[in-house]
Amino acid sequence: MPCPPQKDIASWNRIILSETRSRYSAWSLIRGALSNQRHWRHAWRAASPKPAYDIVIIGGGGHGLATAYYLAQNHGIRNVAVLERGWIGGGNTGRNTTIVRSNYLYPESARLYDFSLKLYEGLSQALNFNIMLSQRGLITLAHSRHDLESMSRWANAMLMNGVDARLLSREQVGMQVPFIDMSGASRFPILGGFSQPRAGTARHDAVAWGYARAASDLGIDIVQNCEVQGFLKDDKGIVGVKTNLREIRADRIGIAVAGHSSLLANMAGFRLPVTSYALQAMVSEPIKPVLDTVVLSPATGAYVSQSDKGEMVIGAGLDHFPSYAQRGSFAITQSTIAGTLDLFPSFSRLPLLRQWAGIVDVVHDSSPIIGSTPIGGLYINCGWGTGGFKAIPVGGWTFAHVLATGKSHELSEPFQLDRFVTGRLIDEAAASGIAH
Amino acid sequence: MMQLDCPWCGMRDEPEFVCGGTSHIQRPALEVPDREWAEYLFFRENPKGLHHERWCHIFGCGRWFNVSRDTVTHAVVHVYGIDGRSS
Repeated sequence: MPCPPQKDIASWNRIILSETRSRYSAWSLIRGALSNQRHWRHAWRAASPKPAYDIVIIGGGGHGLATAYYLAQNHGIRNVAVLERGWIGGGNTGRNTTIVRSNYLYPESARLYDFSLKLYEGLSQALNFNIMLSQRGLITLAHSRHDLESMSRWANAMLMNGVDARLLSREQVGMQVPFIDMSGASRFPILGGFSQPRAGTARHDAVAWGYARAASDLGIDIVQNCEVQGFLKDDKGIVGVKTNLREIRADRIGIAVAGHSSLLANMAGFRLPVTSYALQAMVSEPIKPVLDTVVLSPATGAYVSQSDKGEMVIGAGLDHFPSYAQRGSFAITQSTIAGTLDLFPSFSRLPLLRQWAGIVDVVHDSSPIIGSTPIGGLYINCGWGTGGFKAIPVGGWTFAHVLATGKSHELSEPFQLDRFVTGRLIDEAAASGIAH
Repeated sequence: MMQLDCPWCGMRDEPEFVCGGTSHIQRPALEVPDREWAEYLFFRENPKGLHHERWCHIFGCGRWFNVSRDTVTHAVVHVYGIDGRSS
């Protein structure tokens, strides 16, 4: 993706702005064949920051970029900058296991996450960017009678909330996942499970790039290598940010920085109910297709799918202590691999190619915070914890509404910071997927 | 693998321990307003850098102690007793 040297940005902008950006289509590919595919342009425009904007968004991950896009698309607010400390999509957006789903327990969460999944279903068309959504289903495994009972409760709650869910017998799991160990001899024998057929995977980088391209087309400034180092305040609240590039003023400022939310909150003068943990994942070497669905086993801590490239993508549970190190604890790597091999003994000779971690913002009820902060002019979108990727479209949609109107969106209304004072928590720890 | 120096058992691997979160949080009086009680229950500094935290050697001696640890490098700077005094 484009990231020109700083001194070239101005001239580069002129070149890009003077061109009409073309839509991606089969027709443009065919036409491009005539010019040896030399028609390709940078997908989005890298900007240098102006002194002031209507709205500044801190964080150029999926949530920040989606917020910018929906500000322009849904609310007509285009004088907006997205400030990214590193490169766009380089944090948790590029570090997750690419799974999208909406299998939550409570009505508030079901509404929120299913709206997100519906936006994902139309996102490639909306953004004119192939996010490679593959609704291959997610199977959650039951390993005991108690698991079976809690899963029928879980699946029924989803059905009551209008979300697709299917209970699976032991045989049905074996049919859908032929490589799984059904011998009954494993440490955690499989007794059944349930699936969400509409769940699946999406190309995580493409989600960041697609939103960036669409937002940039609508006039949003995306600024990379721009780190917020402090806030500009007056007696009413925050009126701008200090960055390594310059001071930037804005009427409203939104924070969407996941695991680093507490640092910006502390900088602004308030605290959050957030603890940052490392959440790790790993991929094997690519192999031929063996797994065409996503398998989650809460008991063994394994969360496995196969990428389009053929790698087995393995997600782990949270590291058990606070961390800002994007590498993950070896103890968890070990237990995750052990759990995965318990389900899929035939994977035991697969070499792992890469292992990494993202820093996730965990709150006590495993539900997000989307709304205002105690500081005037400052808004926050955080607390997605281990499940931010699937929520990128709805996080952007609702946060854009908050920033544009100063009021909560009806979907995000239950997810306010003050629920920790009123006690109205939405405890999704059980449905958040991975071990906490 | 990260190791911690249990004041009673010495250096042991991380899976023997459980982290109990931030240390030195004072419980306010029961009659404080809800906001203050929420601050005590939920709101944390969550520092990037030095963090004082409680650990329990749960698969060992079972005793609690305090650790000052860097949350970026994971380097343990100081291990001290649960009463705040060096052991």
